[in-house]
Amino acid sequence: MLLSLAQSALPIGISGIEKRFGGVSVLHDLGLDVAAGEFLTLLGPSGSGKTTLLMILAGFVRANAGSIKVGGEEIITMPPHKRNIGMVFQNYALFPHMNVFHNIAFPLKQRRVSAAETAERVERALDLVQLKGLGERRVDQLSGGQRQRVALARAIVFEPRIVLMDEPLSALDKNLREHMQIELRNLHRRLGMTTVYVTHDQREAITMSDRVAVMNAGRIEQIDQPEALYARPKTKFVAGFIGESNFIPVECRNGGVWHEGSNLRMKDPAPSAGRHLMVVRPEKLRLIDGAEQTGDVNALPAIVGDIIYQGDSFVCYATLKDGRQVTLRDYCRPDVLAKLPAPGEPITLGIDAQDVVLVADQ
Amino acid sequence: MSIGSASLDPACGPDRGLNADALRADARRESRGLLALLSPGLLLVFAVIIVPIGWLFWLSLFDETGQLSAANYARFFERASYIKTFVTTFKVAFVVTGACVLFGYPLAYMLSQLPRRAASICLIFVILPFWTSVLVRTYAWLVILQRKGLVNSWLIDLGVISQPLPLANNFAGVVIGMTHIMLPFLVLPLYASMKTIDVDCLRAGMNLGASPAATFRQIFFPLSLPGLASGVVIVFVLCLGFFVTPALMGGGKVIMWAMRMEQTTSLYSNWGAGAALGVVLLAVTLALLGFFQWLLGARATGVWSQR
Repeated sequence: MLLSLAQSALPIGISGIEKRFGGVSVLHDLGLDVAAGEFLTLLGPSGSGKTTLLMILAGFVRANAGSIKVGGEEIITMPPHKRNIGMVFQNYALFPHMNVFHNIAFPLKQRRVSAAETAERVERALDLVQLKGLGERRVDQLSGGQRQRVALARAIVFEPRIVLMDEPLSALDKNLREHMQIELRNLHRRLGMTTVYVTHDQREAITMSDRVAVMNAGRIEQIDQPEALYARPKTKFVAGFIGESNFIPVECRNGGVWHEGSNLRMKDPAPSAGRHLMVVRPEKLRLIDGAEQTGDVNALPAIVGDIIYQGDSFVCYATLKDGRQVTLRDYCRPDVLAKLPAPGEPITLGIDAQDVVLVADQ
Repeated sequence: MSIGSASLDPACGPDRGLNADALRADARRESRGLLALLSPGLLLVFAVIIVPIGWLFWLSLFDETGQLSAANYARFFERASYIKTFVTTFKVAFVVTGACVLFGYPLAYMLSQLPRRAASICLIFVILPFWTSVLVRTYAWLVILQRKGLVNSWLIDLGVISQPLPLANNFAGVVIGMTHIMLPFLVLPLYASMKTIDVDCLRAGMNLGASPAATFRQIFFPLSLPGLASGVVIVFVLCLGFFVTPALMGGGKVIMWAMRMEQTTSLYSNWGAGAALGVVLLAVTLALLGFFQWLLGARATGVWSQR
C-alpha cells in the first residue's frame, strides 16, 4: 500500500520574486508555474539563484518581494513549520541524535499523530524507500545511499503538498547517483507529488524532469521539457549549458540567414536582423559528399583536424573557413568508418535544415 | 636470520609470508624510535606529576609525630569541621556550576547565532577577563558588593532597599565571584560545540513541522549537550579545588577544601593532614570524572560518535 500523495498534490504559482543579499541582487522578478504533480527541475550553475529560490519556497530565506501561491493560497509570509512542504537537503540533515525510526517519525510527532499510526506510516515509508527493518539503526551506521533514502522517507512520510530537493544526489558516487535518479523518478511517478528539484547537473535534470527551468544570474533563461530544451535552446546560455554545442556566427538580413556568403536553409522562420549564432550539436553534423547537397541540407566546407576514437563513437575536430573549430560526433558504424577522412583533408560538413537553431549573440 | 636471507628464502611456511621477518623487525624498530621520541615527555610527566603525587600520598600516611598511621584519614569521619568543609565545597561547586549553566548557555547560544564578525568581537569580551589576575577580579567584586559598595549604595539611593544587602563576605559573595571567573570555562567549549550544529538540521526541523521552540527543544538542545557536559565537568572540577575567591569573598565564613589545606599546612604545619586532604580531593575529582565519562558514554553515544 502506498502513501496517498496524488490527491494532495497542488500547483505552485511563483511570481515577481525579488531577492537581494546586501546590495547584490540574486533573483530578479522571477516567475514560474509548477503544475500539480509535476517534477520540475531548477538547473543552473552555482550562483544562479536556484538554491535561493528553493530556500524562499521552503521559507528559510525571506524574499524582498514576490508571491508564492500553493493551490491558490499565498504562503510568502507563512513560517516554514506551517508550510507543509517536504524537503530533502543536500547533506540530508538527518538528526544525529535520533535513530532512523525517530528521524522519519519526527514530522508525525510534530503533527501529534498517534503512536500506532506513526509506527505504521514510518514502516510504510521505510518500505517505500527499500529500507525495511533498518528503523533501529543509528544514522552514523548508514551508508550515503541509505541516508539519502532516510532523508527522502522523512520528507514524504507526512504527505506534504510539495516536495523540494536541493541537490540530493550530489554526495553520492556516480553509479549510485544514476541508480537513485531512476528510483526517485519512479517514486515520483508512483506518488505523484509536486516536486521542485535543484541541480547543477544537466544530465540529471534531463533524466528526471517533466520540465526543466534553466537559471542564470537570477533569471530563468528557458523553461521547457527536456527534449525541447536540448533540441531547441532559446538562448546561447542554454545551448552552452545543456549538452555540447558548436556556435557558428551567422548574419540575418533581407529575411534570410547567411553564413560565409551562402544562404542557410532552415525550417524555423528567420529572425529579421542582428547578429546570431547557429547552434549545432556535434551529433547533428555529418560528413557528406558534394552530391548530397540537396534542398534540405546545408553544407559547410572544412578541414579535418583530429579524429578521436571513443569506443562507441568517434569525435572529429574540423576547422571551418573562418578558422572556427567545430566538433562532429558520430557512431562507429562500418559505413561511416569506411569513409573517414585523414587529418588535413578537406571535407564537407552537413547539417539538416530542420536542425538549424539560431540564438541571439549577446 | 638476516633480512637478506629472509626475503630470499624460497621455503617460507604458510604463516611466514614474503619478508615477514624483515617487516616485523621494521615494526619493532619503529616502536623503539617512537618510544625514544616520547621519552622526554614521559620523563617530565613522571618528574612533575607522578613523583609529587606519590610523595603527597606518602606524606599523608604519617601523623604529626612521624608515626605511620591512618589518623589523617580517620579525621575525615571524626571531625565535624572536616565534614562541614567537604559539604561546603560541594555546595559551592554545585551552585556555581548551576549559575554558570544558567548564564553561560544563553550567552553561548547568542554567540553561536551571531554573524561571524560580531561573534568574534563578543568572544573577546568573554576571554578578556582571562587576561586579568583572579586576585584583581576578586578584589574588584569585593569593592562592588561590600556593605558600602557600588551595588548597595545604588540600591539604597534608588530607594529599593533601606538596609545594605549582605553580598560580600558570605556564601553569596563566593558564588558571585566564582561564577564570574568560571563562566568562560563553560562558555568556550559550549560555544565550540554549538558552532558545529548543522544549520540544515534546524531548518529540517522547522521544515518538518516543528515550531522554532520545538526545534530548539528537540534538536538544538540535545545536540548541544556534549559541549554543555564538558563545560560542566571543567567548571565543577575547577570549583572543587578553588582557593583565592572563597578565601577573599567568603569573609572566613565559607571554608572550602583548598582553604582547609592551606590552613593545615601553613598555620598548623601539619603536612600529613594537608596531604591527606589533597589525596581525598584528587580521588573525589577522579571519581567524578569517571562518573561523567560513564554517564555520557552510556547515554549519548549517538551524539558522541557523530563528532
